[in-house]
Amino acid sequence: MSNLLEIQGLFKSYDNIQALNNVNLSISPGHITGLLGPNGSGKTTLIKIICGLLRPSSGTVLVDGNPIGPKSKAIISYLPDKTYLNNSMTIKSVIEMFKDFYEDFDDNRAYDMLNSLNIDPKRKLKTLSKGNKEKVQLILVMSRRAKLYILDEPIAGVDPAARDYILRTIISNYDPSASILISTHLIADIEPVLDEVIFLQNGYIRLFQPVDDIRENNGKSVDELFREVYRC
Amino acid sequence: MPWNLNSDSPIFIQIIDHLQNDIVSGFYKPGDKLPSVRELAAEAGVNPNTMQKALSEFELTGLVHSERTSGRFITEDQKLIEELKTSLVQTQIKEFFENMKKLGFTENEILQLVIEHTKK
Repeated sequence: MSNLLEIQGLFKSYDNIQALNNVNLSISPGHITGLLGPNGSGKTTLIKIICGLLRPSSGTVLVDGNPIGPKSKAIISYLPDKTYLNNSMTIKSVIEMFKDFYEDFDDNRAYDMLNSLNIDPKRKLKTLSKGNKEKVQLILVMSRRAKLYILDEPIAGVDPAARDYILRTIISNYDPSASILISTHLIADIEPVLDEVIFLQNGYIRLFQPVDDIRENNGKSVDELFREVYRC
Repeated sequence: MPWNLNSDSPIFIQIIDHLQNDIVSGFYKPGDKLPSVRELAAEAGVNPNTMQKALSEFELTGLVHSERTSGRFITEDQKLIEELKTSLVQTQIKEFFENMKKLGFTENEILQLVIEHTKK
């Protein structure tokens, strides 16, 4: 099976700052991959390039064999680190909009998840708490039948019980041929659901390994290893 | 409710331990069908690929076996289950004695303490 995401020799610089430095990466279908790194290590730059929101300085990115463009964008479901939805809309109208916009959007799935999290679809976004707004956005992103889900800090503002629910939903709903790339600082919480992790440092990949290999080789969790590698 | 997994040993090994306990405790009876990989993964709160790996490894022990189309089943071989029980018990006792010895107790003292404890 070919890789869902294939990145070769990727560089990106902003003026004099080297944000990404020769990143090479392959992610197979059906994998959940954690993208970890301290602030300013290049996580969001990498994500934005994959999503086609930034142009690389050099290098190639293929998503399910497609170069970055309309075809790659159609199969990526992206949760940005900042909200982009119109606050005066109701959840229901946002769902309608997503249904119009994305062919692969499954509104039943969205309503089911809202129901499980006790969020009333008739409410306007601006009346929601920070955590509930984050939940709604994650639900929208996960309700698409995409090939590649890219989640930038998906659970930071969400309470632990909802976090468990969301992770369980991700595990039980995603298609085995799809992959998920999650960037987060809450490593301990998502560690058990990850296949492998990427440690990014100053724009290069310091480590790319299956979670169980890390535990087996180091006798410690990914969370502990991260704290050790990036000790300030 | 996710399974209680600790942070230092590989997740698939902890999954196998958990399933072994479930068999010995009788939560799964001989011949029972196991839930699907996805259901078990969601229950445990782990990645389905990790669950798949754990189950494949676990199959090597013969305690579960898969039937091509209908899923995975617990063995009906009572002897295997008894052996598993014995080995889990031995591990627990060994660990207990090692910990007690670290605290400075001799084997006789430990035995005496265990007897006193059961009388309470």
